[in-house]
Amino acid sequence: MLREIRPAILILLLLTAITGLAYPLAMTAIAGAIFPKQAQGSLIEKDGKIIGSSLIGQDFKEDRYFHGRPSATLAPDPADSSKTVSTPYNAANSGGSNLGPTSKALADRIKDDVEKLKSENPSTPVPVDLVTSSGSGLDPDISPEGALFQVPRVANARNLPEARIRELVVQHTQGRMAGLLGEPRVNILALNLALDEASK
Amino acid sequence: MTVIGWIQILLYCAIVVALAKPLGGYITRVFSGEATFLSPVLRPVERGLYWAGGVDETREQHWLTYTVAMLLFHVGGFLIIYGLMRVQAVLPLNPADQSAVAPDLSFNTAISFLTNTNWQNYGGESTLSYLTQMLGLTHQNFLSAATGIALAVALIRGFSRSSMRTIGNFWVDVTRCTLYVLLPICIVYSLFLVWQGMPQTLGAYVEATTLEGAKQTIAVGPVASQVAIKMLGTNGGGFFNANAAHPFENPTALSNFVQMISIFALGAAMTNVFGRMVGDQRQGWAILAVMGVLFLSGVAITYWAEANGTSLLTSLGLTGGNMEGKEVRFGIVASSLFAVITTAASCGAVNAMHDSFTALGGMIPLINMQLGEIIVGGVGAGLYGMLLFVVLAIFVAGLMVGRTPEYVGKKIEAREVKMAMLAILVLPLMYLGWTAVAVVLPSAVASMANSGPHGFTEVLYAFTSATGNNGSAFGGLTGNTFFYNLTLATSMFVGRFFMIVPAMALAGSLAAKKSIPPSAGTLPTTGGLFVGLVVGVILIIGGLTFFPALALGPIVEHLAMNANTLF
Repeated sequence: MLREIRPAILILLLLTAITGLAYPLAMTAIAGAIFPKQAQGSLIEKDGKIIGSSLIGQDFKEDRYFHGRPSATLAPDPADSSKTVSTPYNAANSGGSNLGPTSKALADRIKDDVEKLKSENPSTPVPVDLVTSSGSGLDPDISPEGALFQVPRVANARNLPEARIRELVVQHTQGRMAGLLGEPRVNILALNLALDEASK
Repeated sequence: MTVIGWIQILLYCAIVVALAKPLGGYITRVFSGEATFLSPVLRPVERGLYWAGGVDETREQHWLTYTVAMLLFHVGGFLIIYGLMRVQAVLPLNPADQSAVAPDLSFNTAISFLTNTNWQNYGGESTLSYLTQMLGLTHQNFLSAATGIALAVALIRGFSRSSMRTIGNFWVDVTRCTLYVLLPICIVYSLFLVWQGMPQTLGAYVEATTLEGAKQTIAVGPVASQVAIKMLGTNGGGFFNANAAHPFENPTALSNFVQMISIFALGAAMTNVFGRMVGDQRQGWAILAVMGVLFLSGVAITYWAEANGTSLLTSLGLTGGNMEGKEVRFGIVASSLFAVITTAASCGAVNAMHDSFTALGGMIPLINMQLGEIIVGGVGAGLYGMLLFVVLAIFVAGLMVGRTPEYVGKKIEAREVKMAMLAILVLPLMYLGWTAVAVVLPSAVASMANSGPHGFTEVLYAFTSATGNNGSAFGGLTGNTFFYNLTLATSMFVGRFFMIVPAMALAGSLAAKKSIPPSAGTLPTTGGLFVGLVVGVILIIGGLTFFPALALGPIVEHLAMNANTLF
């Protein structure tokens, strides 16, 4: 049994060096050379400043922008670091609400959100993704229905015809991959950037 | 449920089954010591490792030596992770200035990665430095997976050998598995993931100014290299807190589909390795069929439950299923499928928050783990877990006809059945025992995020996941407390090693037996009768053990939900 101690130390250390250092560092170098944009986080620049990542949602609140889904991410409370406060779309601390199907807190939150959305657009049924929080809290997408639902509000805030906005939504709707995988969706940040362009 | 949803599910199954045979053939060659197309590059590295470690690759080990070697390997692995977490603040590659991790959380995480559980009491982007992620977690993702596969191969050798005292050499098995199987696949796989949008950088977290002028800190890191082995090795510990729900850890529907395939690929191939090594591939297909029956039943229930949504959503006129905790790019079907796969295997990565699943939708992942994660299961671990159930099923069949049972040429006798029972019974002892303790301790109850039966399910899920070395969670539970860090670590340790040691004892005792040719009285173990028998034994043993606990959790919650009761 004693003869197993030497490999237990040396094989472990060498395999650790290969899999824990050589492999990730080599992948970083290769990925950075072949796919530099993705490797850095698919960042979007505008006028020389980083305005976000095309894969990470942002907390849009203004009427003139399309809004993403509710986000349950948290951040340490600036007043008391042992507590956390709600900080939607905190991309340094991902996470979901973790509220279950019989949770009163979840029921109250969803009812409130449904009320708010109904007052904004009474004629259309509320799409479920607009009142449910995503698993990561950073969902960059909403459903095409969720985007079309917001068209009247955005058109009103920007003094643009609804048809023009609806056209943008359709342009930014991505279908299923190969017609099969995933779900149709609209990337909010891309849509809002296009919206700003169109309003110039 | 939609037609396109079911097409995705069936396409998934078809690809996994199609990969089993070629991958199984390759893995069999690797463990038989034969040359592969990668040998010209890897053989010198392999020989260098043996030379440094003083390993004679031709010398095989007795099962006890094999097990001791495996345990010693883990002692070192534990010290590396624990040490890195405690001192990460003063080490390089820490651009986000993460401080040292507390002793109890470091202990929990070290045990967690050692046992292939990868339970996330740590917060990923908010707790760990890049160096810890790479040198601590990525390396152990490789080695715990390689260990699982090595042990499964050792057990298969027990079945396939006749009158031998040895079951292989642990160092050779682990080294060859890491170099020839895991590393080459991960290199190609991580490049694919980066192409799909996964970051792979050592640069600092990005500071962005959003369109509305707010500040957003975006965590990045060497993500792809870790995620590749996290999925392939059924480890499941996320780079980020939200795991595979995070857009950086699972950017597209395609990356999601490939990640799901990679969870099952090696586990399914191991059934083919079993068939090849015992000399009859149909034996492997029969086992894969048992897994397939249980898997598709689970998928159907979870998909149905999630697509139906909750009574709250329906009463507000919201259609489209239960989207709380799910991502738009995956939707209901890919989230439900992922949840069943990740818990059938001992992966534990999640692309949606299981805590927010419907009561019945979340019950299937729980059942998958409570059955011992034998539906494909963890790489290696799933196969040796399943073989333990096969031994029991064969034993039950033997009792029915009054004959000494045999399986692939080996007589199954008292010692084999005792070892199988020991391994199977120790799991419920852990998850039911600790759940019982936790629900009477006020401090442990305080960790629940949901009240009512859902809170109970959170605790049951945590201990089940830890014991089963899964690592997925009903994430609302605050697990990073002294009580949970220690009790969950105990569950992970017992769940891994108290299953491995009896399985290795079984391997040793089987290898020592003579192989006997099948006779007219031998139960054929390749047909539908055998598949039905094994499925029956799994469900009866499982059902009797944990049904009462399920009744207190998800079943009560489902009834409460239908009665519109909120907690």
